[in-house]
Amino acid sequence: MATTLDVNGKAFSVKAAPDTPLLWVLRDELGLTGSKYGCGVGQCGACTVLADGKPIRSCSTPIAALGAAKITTIESLGGNHPLQVAWVKNDVPQCGYCQSGQLMSATALLATTPHPTDEQITGAMEGNICRCGTYQRIHAAIKEAANAPTLPAPEVTPAPLAVPRV
Amino acid sequence: MNKPLKDAVSLSGKTAGVSRRDVLAVSATVAGGALLVGCSPNLMGDVMSFGAKTAVGPFGPFVKVSPDGWVTVISKHIEFGQGNHAGLAAIVAEEMDADWAKVRVEQAPAVAKLYANLGMGMQGTGGSSAISNSWPQLRTAGASARAMFVEAAAKKWGVPAAEITVTDGVIAHSSGKSAGFGELIAEAGKIAPSQAPKLKDPKRFTLIGTDRVRRKDSLAKSTGAARFTQDVQLPNMLTAMVAHAPRFGATVASFDASAAKKIPGVVEVYQIPSGVAVVADSTWAARQGRDALVIKWDEAKAEKRGSEAILASYRDIASGKAQPTAKAGWQPFDSKGDATQAARGKAAVETSFDFPFLAHAPMEPLNCVAIVDGNKCKLIHGSQIPTIDQLTAAKIVGNLPGAIEVETLFAGGSFGRRANFQSDYVAEAVHIAKKVGRGRPVKLIWTREDDMHAGYYRPMAHHTVRVSLDKDGMPATWRQRVVTQTIMKGSPTGVPKFDDTAVEGAKGSPYLKATPVVDAQLTLVDSGVPVLWWRSVGATHTAFVMEHTVDQLAKAAGKDPVDYRRALYTKAGSNRHLATLNLAAEKAGWGTPAPAGWARGVAVHESFGSVVAQVAEVQMVGGEPRVGRVVTAIDCGTAISPNQIAAQMEGGTCYGLSAALFGRIELKDGQVQQANFDAYRVLRHSEAPTVETYIVPSTNPPSGVGEPGTPVIAAAVANALLAMGQPPTTSLPFVKA
Repeated sequence: MATTLDVNGKAFSVKAAPDTPLLWVLRDELGLTGSKYGCGVGQCGACTVLADGKPIRSCSTPIAALGAAKITTIESLGGNHPLQVAWVKNDVPQCGYCQSGQLMSATALLATTPHPTDEQITGAMEGNICRCGTYQRIHAAIKEAANAPTLPAPEVTPAPLAVPRV
Repeated sequence: MNKPLKDAVSLSGKTAGVSRRDVLAVSATVAGGALLVGCSPNLMGDVMSFGAKTAVGPFGPFVKVSPDGWVTVISKHIEFGQGNHAGLAAIVAEEMDADWAKVRVEQAPAVAKLYANLGMGMQGTGGSSAISNSWPQLRTAGASARAMFVEAAAKKWGVPAAEITVTDGVIAHSSGKSAGFGELIAEAGKIAPSQAPKLKDPKRFTLIGTDRVRRKDSLAKSTGAARFTQDVQLPNMLTAMVAHAPRFGATVASFDASAAKKIPGVVEVYQIPSGVAVVADSTWAARQGRDALVIKWDEAKAEKRGSEAILASYRDIASGKAQPTAKAGWQPFDSKGDATQAARGKAAVETSFDFPFLAHAPMEPLNCVAIVDGNKCKLIHGSQIPTIDQLTAAKIVGNLPGAIEVETLFAGGSFGRRANFQSDYVAEAVHIAKKVGRGRPVKLIWTREDDMHAGYYRPMAHHTVRVSLDKDGMPATWRQRVVTQTIMKGSPTGVPKFDDTAVEGAKGSPYLKATPVVDAQLTLVDSGVPVLWWRSVGATHTAFVMEHTVDQLAKAAGKDPVDYRRALYTKAGSNRHLATLNLAAEKAGWGTPAPAGWARGVAVHESFGSVVAQVAEVQMVGGEPRVGRVVTAIDCGTAISPNQIAAQMEGGTCYGLSAALFGRIELKDGQVQQANFDAYRVLRHSEAPTVETYIVPSTNPPSGVGEPGTPVIAAAVANALLAMGQPPTTSLPFVKA
């Protein structure tokens, strides 16, 4: 049975079983390997993608639960997103493995809260673990991107969510 | 993105001509580790490289120049966060006078003869040595390449070489002639490279030590494009997962794979030495197949003790209630004066410290791609010690170590875990790929739970310390006993007669130097739990013991902890400690009141040739220590990349703080209790401190940076709690629940 997924603005018909977590469909079937496996139980955030603009843990979200949600992955940010620019300017990454997930959580934050307070940044990023300890630079880069002149246009679709929000 | 299969399995062709005698010779050398000890690093590199392709380009093993003028620096060291690729490239670029904007980094293949870590004698990354061991080597490589271009230009233009300048990759002469590196490759490549080219006077450095030395991989790591082992996708590739024994030392008695084989996508199930492997055409199928296995384990030789029982046995040995279990018994690591004095009289501080097993828990759980075709083998993974991975794979497929190809990728952290004498996860991948055979790629994936349960932990350790003070409040006698498990078991050179890694940081401490009577001894214990170096190794416990003890001594003597340390460093002649402490104390405003509600703690420790001093501001929030500002000073010799040194101080502090606050692997009846980040709590965004880094100016050669930031923070926090009026800390982690 094929499932249709809307990923980064394109429709895909995927053959994975409906109980397959979105992460493995993105990585194994669609070749989108930017989203990472870190824990498999929604604890670390390395697999974070957006569903209708809201961050979800793709490692523990079966594709059957997605419905018509529009999925956005790190691959869609393009490299010039203000957050990515700030990430590079601050040399945020160390090993880099968690950074796709960090960036997607930050993207969702800025889309709804263009000028977040420190507490809002911390609240939005608490679910993303970084074992290298780049938190301080992540925090600084988000603040920098939030003050950048060209903010991303909020892309939140007010469609009801069929997936658990984290 | 995907390499064609033919490419992926383009295994070294030359090995076919190697005789069986050669294989045996190498195997004998490897097996009889003692032979290796006597080997010079060069000879060892040669031995490990039999069967390898060792041809290099005109500018040597570390430098390539392309026609567009880009300089590629070949890194013999893996990049898994430390920022060493930036530093290594900067060393070459500085001596070459290359345009930093047109310098990139490429990962070296596994060829020990060309790419050995000069401190290890084999190709590998560890001990915070990437920059320090490469410093003279890469300066020479860069200077030699520069000289070749200068000489080529001089010949071509008919001008004296001495009149030629090189600036940002442009070779120029006052006559107006100029050329980029790319334009002179052919001519420069014909010049014989000098083995001892003239190196720059460090006073003339224009890149090293500046903020321009930044990471080369930040963009790739901010777009999802950086390639990790987890991301390798090859045509026809299978994914493997392995069911491991629930207790260390248990083996497969029997298994039933019928349910696993019914899972769509499962291709085959194999028994391998470390368990039962399921190979499938997707990760999810492999996972479901693995979970459907029914296995009976033979636990006759399994470790069935709990960590409490193991620790209790350490305590009994340290207190003298039980005898050491090691043949060598108690081994002194510092001894002077009359030892009986150290055991008698009034002690100012008499205490003990317990340290738990710790998992490394890198973000990328262990994984490895292996391709085996007959005795040919290629590994694609984040290889921390390629030479040991080659040895391991070579034994399994029956080939020469040098014939095993290794493509080293970025790794999503390691903190030591990807390097061990057994290459545990690499061996597993090779065993499976050998069963699959015919050059079909196999990607072994460990789940987080597999990674957490697989051992190779930072060993538990127990210290007892008894110190008496003289009339001035300075240490008069110091008695210390250390009980821990050696991480050197399985080393190709055997467990050394004295395992320095177990006490480094206590051994050689300025505090022991400043104490007239010292009786400090170590005994090693064994257990069925595999243990390993963990970012900063022995210092993970010794730094805490020494630094928290000294604060307790200062308190007993009624002295300020910073002043007390100053006096000890002066007495010991530890000038670098003194200067580093002074810098941190000054920047932290030591001596002025801490912000309301916060207490300050200080700690200083030398590891991997560098001294780090930290002043941490701490408060209690909901019964847990919360760390705010951490002022860090480091003396790491010549600073190549101040930005990345700061990054390592930030990251190292977080890594050490995470373990200090929460880190603990517990065994109950031999079974590891923590499986994932819910039970193995790690530092999160809200708990991260703000680290400020200050570098002590130095003209010494560069020393370690990746690890020295880790071991200091735990003691700084404990010392802040002491300043807050809390009791001394006798065990880690701080947060027990």
